[in-house]
Amino acid sequence: MIYLLLFIEFFKIGLFSIGGGLSTIPFLSELGIKYNWYTQKGLIDMIAVSESTPGPIGINMATYVGYKTAGVLGAILASLSEVLPAIIIITIIAKTISNFKNNDYFNKLLIYIRPCTFALIVTAFINVFSNSVLPINQINNINAFINSIDIRLILIFIGIYLLKTKTKYHPLVYIVISAVIGIIIF
Amino acid sequence: MDKTKFGSLYISFFKIGLFTFGGGLAMLPMFEKEICEKHNWATTDEILDYYSISQMTPGVIAVNVATFIGNKEKGILGGVVATLGVISPSIMLISIIAAFINNIYSFPIVQNLLKGLACGVCALMIPSLIKFYKSSIKNIFTFIIFIVCLFLLLVVKISPIYIIISTIIFSVLINIKEIIK
Repeated sequence: MIYLLLFIEFFKIGLFSIGGGLSTIPFLSELGIKYNWYTQKGLIDMIAVSESTPGPIGINMATYVGYKTAGVLGAILASLSEVLPAIIIITIIAKTISNFKNNDYFNKLLIYIRPCTFALIVTAFINVFSNSVLPINQINNINAFINSIDIRLILIFIGIYLLKTKTKYHPLVYIVISAVIGIIIF
Repeated sequence: MDKTKFGSLYISFFKIGLFTFGGGLAMLPMFEKEICEKHNWATTDEILDYYSISQMTPGVIAVNVATFIGNKEKGILGGVVATLGVISPSIMLISIIAAFINNIYSFPIVQNLLKGLACGVCALMIPSLIKFYKSSIKNIFTFIIFIVCLFLLLVVKISPIYIIISTIIFSVLINIKEIIK
C-alpha cells in the first residue's frame, strides 16, 4: 500500500540525511526513479517551489512529494515520517544532555565544537549570499562574476541591514519591506 | 494538564515555520524573537548549542530546535507538539500550492518579490552571524579551529560530515586526560 511505502521511505530519508533539507535531494531523486511517482524534471520544479515557500526546505520537499504521490494524506504522512527520526533522536539527546548539563568536560567538548559549527554556518551563509545578492563563491571566474553584479540586489541587502541596526521591529517587518522593494525595483 | 503551554508551543513554532524563508541560520532571528524574547524558553546561547548539535544529527534545524525546546518545557509530548507546529505551515502552504497554483513562482511579480526578499533574509542573517561568532570564538585557539574548518570546507571542499567527526575526535583527544580520570 502506498501509504506504507511513503512512511518507510520518508522515515529512511529523515534518518539518513544529515545537515539540512538540501541533503534530502539525492534521496528524493532515487525515490522518483525507484517508484516512478514523479519525474526528475518534476523534482526540479518541486525543489524550486520548496526553496521559495516559507518553512524548512526539507519539510516542503517531503510535503510536495507526498502530495504528488498520494494527495493531502500523502503530504501529511511524508512530512510526519520524515521528522519522526529527528524527534526520537533529539528527545534521547535532550534527556542525555540534561544529565550532563553541569558536567565539566561536556562543556569543554562544546568549546571546541562551536567554532566548527560556526565555520559550517559561515559556509552556508556564503552559499545563500551568493545565490541571492552577489556570487562571491564564484569569485575565481572574474568575468562571470563581474557580469553578474546587480547593484539593486546589493543596495537592498545593505539597506535592510542598516535598517535592522537602527530599528527593532519584528523580523517579519524587514522581510515584508524587502519583498515590497523587490516588486517595485525589478 | 496545562493545555495553554502546549497551545503556546504550537502557536509559537507555527509562527516560526510560517515566517522563515530559507531555513538554517535564517531562522535564528525568529527563534530569538519567539523563544527568547517572548516566552523565555531558552537563552540565545542555548539555541546556538542546539544549532551545533543539529549539524551532526539527522533532521532539519527547525525540527531539532522545536523538539529540544518543546522537550525542555513539556517533555516528550511538548517536543512533538512543537515539531507539529513548525511543520504545519509547510504542509498547508505546499498542499495548496501543489493543488491549485503550482506555477505560482513563474509569475514575474512573485519572482521579483522573492528576489528582494532573499536579499532581506541575507541581511537579517548578519546580526545572527555576529552573535554566533561571539559565542563560538573566545580565544586564539578557537579562532584557529574556525579558520582551519572554514579552509577545509571552502577551499579543500571536504564534506561537512568528516569535518564534524574530526572535530569531535579532536576535542575528545584534547580532553582525554580529564576523561580518563
